[in-house]
Amino acid sequence: MLKIMMRRARKCAVVAAAGLMMMSAQAAEPIKIGSFLSITGPASFLGDPELKTLEMYVEKINEEGGVLGRPLELIHYDDVGNASSARNFASRLIRSDRVDIIVGGSTTGATMAAVPLIEQAQVPFISLAGAVVITTPVKKWVFKTPQSDRMAAERILTDMKDRGVSKIGLISGTGGFGSSGRTQTLEVAEQMGMEVVADVTYSGSDTDMTAQLTNIRNTKGVEAVLNFGFGQGPAIVTRNYAQLGMELPFYQSHGVASDSFLELAGSSAEGLRLPASPLLVPDSLPDNDPQKEVVQNYKAEYEARWDSKVSTFGAYAYDGLMLAVRAIEEAGSTDPEAVREALENIKGYVGVTGEFNMSPDDHNGLDADSFRMLEVQNGEWNLIN
Amino acid sequence: MLNRFMQSRLRGLMVLALILIIIPAFLSNPFHYELATQIAIIGATVVGLNLLVGFAGQISLGHAGFFGLGAYFTGIATGTYGWPSVPALLVGAIVVGIIAWVVGRPILRLKGHYLSMATLAVGFIIAIILNNERAITGGPDGMPVPAFEVFGWELSSFGTYSLFGLEISGVQAWYMFASGVLLLAVWFALNLIESPIGRALRSVHGSEVAASVVGVDTAKYKSLVFVISAIYASLMGGLYAHFQGFITPAVASFEFSILFITMVVLGGMGSTFGVILGAVVLKLLPQVLADFQELETVMFGLILMLTMIFMPKGLLPTLTAAVSKRLRKKTGGKA
Repeated sequence: MLKIMMRRARKCAVVAAAGLMMMSAQAAEPIKIGSFLSITGPASFLGDPELKTLEMYVEKINEEGGVLGRPLELIHYDDVGNASSARNFASRLIRSDRVDIIVGGSTTGATMAAVPLIEQAQVPFISLAGAVVITTPVKKWVFKTPQSDRMAAERILTDMKDRGVSKIGLISGTGGFGSSGRTQTLEVAEQMGMEVVADVTYSGSDTDMTAQLTNIRNTKGVEAVLNFGFGQGPAIVTRNYAQLGMELPFYQSHGVASDSFLELAGSSAEGLRLPASPLLVPDSLPDNDPQKEVVQNYKAEYEARWDSKVSTFGAYAYDGLMLAVRAIEEAGSTDPEAVREALENIKGYVGVTGEFNMSPDDHNGLDADSFRMLEVQNGEWNLIN
Repeated sequence: MLNRFMQSRLRGLMVLALILIIIPAFLSNPFHYELATQIAIIGATVVGLNLLVGFAGQISLGHAGFFGLGAYFTGIATGTYGWPSVPALLVGAIVVGIIAWVVGRPILRLKGHYLSMATLAVGFIIAIILNNERAITGGPDGMPVPAFEVFGWELSSFGTYSLFGLEISGVQAWYMFASGVLLLAVWFALNLIESPIGRALRSVHGSEVAASVVGVDTAKYKSLVFVISAIYASLMGGLYAHFQGFITPAVASFEFSILFITMVVLGGMGSTFGVILGAVVLKLLPQVLADFQELETVMFGLILMLTMIFMPKGLLPTLTAAVSKRLRKKTGGKA
């Protein structure tokens, strides 16, 4: 009996000692990075690579000694693409987990649902979603890494102008991405003195867009066609476009800039152009391009770690995390106001998506040139300028 | 007889009030208060839905449509047009009530699956309108909603308030407010159930033919309770919008309608307190299961399946039956 008790006491002592040692090792309190992403559900193609990227680089940074001598701790939740659960998880991150900064929000809907809460709670937030409304007008605590749809429209229309096009046929999806893109295209076209002569839409569940495209073809004066959409819609538009034998220059948006789009559209994608992240063509970037090294490293590291193809959406998370780390380092603490100010003043950070130059009036920090214009040639992406 | 009824009704309400008072002892941070507030608001919504489903025996698969309509009416009236909150909530409820009455009259003539399909369609139509009227509703990206305010006094989940000299946070104040609303909602539902209307409804549930034979105007009572439950949903949708501070068309979505119905069925159809328990379980599960990550959806489905297999009458009715059986056995053994 006594022996057993002795043994127990010894065990307790060992456990207590181990506990004490652990505590001293962890004296540096971790920096908490919160994230709510659409890891499953309809937007999982965004959230999944984003989470993988965050996990991978948090691990890597910790192996290299952390930030400010403190390890990073990633706390993440899956909002399944649902805006109200995104808001709830943002609240949980702020109020229950008390994170120092949030990097997340895969979709514009999820981001915008969390924004009022984050603004009131005053926590720095780097969104990974696209629409221009996230940072225009500028919100004090909200930043974002992807280029906005407005920049995509500017990039496409500039390229059209260079080719001597001034009259556009526009076909867009009625979903959030497509309709926001349509609004931006109409505005940019007016600014640039171009004319949208045909303006048709399709809904996300349509399986044939021949009618809309015929409508564009029959409109007098159309010199180029632009499709703003997301998901499988643009692939169908591309196929129908080829089936109708339309020969006008054809543009897609950055929403379909992925290898899976090429697979879906097949040979009918030949010759179409779109603005995209340099991540799709890492090896054809010129050697003097400052992004080349970052892009190649990210692609190599991601593909080695996860054994799956890298995606531009994961790159948004990479830039988000790196901006956060840089801001915390610059601020020298995790004080929210100091981190926010540091974020706002980041200049010349070369990321995978582009070169970020933040300012109090620009919480995105990218310009339209960060998009590369690609053309599909022989079933592959090709950098054209 | 009437006295005893009154007592049993009040007893349930007292127990609920007591639970609502004790709960804050277990809430350790503002996020917990926020969840509790949401549960109270959603709970009150399903208490209203239960009147239709549990007592009148009519299935509505489009209730989130009314909830969303209430939420958006409040959001647009207070946000875009600067109305005060209370008139916005009330006018919203009246508008939703009228809509429910107009669509309810024809569709409540349908029975069984056809009725469910019709309510489903109504819910879908509302969701589509909210999604597409970008200029008014902000489209799929949603819209912000200002804080709840009465005569210039604001109830924001980020404010601080003093109550009898005690300083309380915004979420605590919201919790108290939502608890009060839930108690009111339950009190009204319990009274309605015990009124002649409630008796008529239960007779409709039992057998519509028999009910009409003994002179119950079944069409009238069915549309009445449809309107009442829609008004419940509209009012709670408005409060939910104020509390959340941001709404998207997801509040009117089919998934949300299904969630409401699942709360009713899981908690116990026809049991006013049971459906609140259903709301508690279904709102808490996703948060508890968030730690399981990939397995979350599987666990969620498994729990629902097991509950429905082993507790087909719903959580609360099965539990109370089990407890009273145990008690009876014990007292029986002693005697």
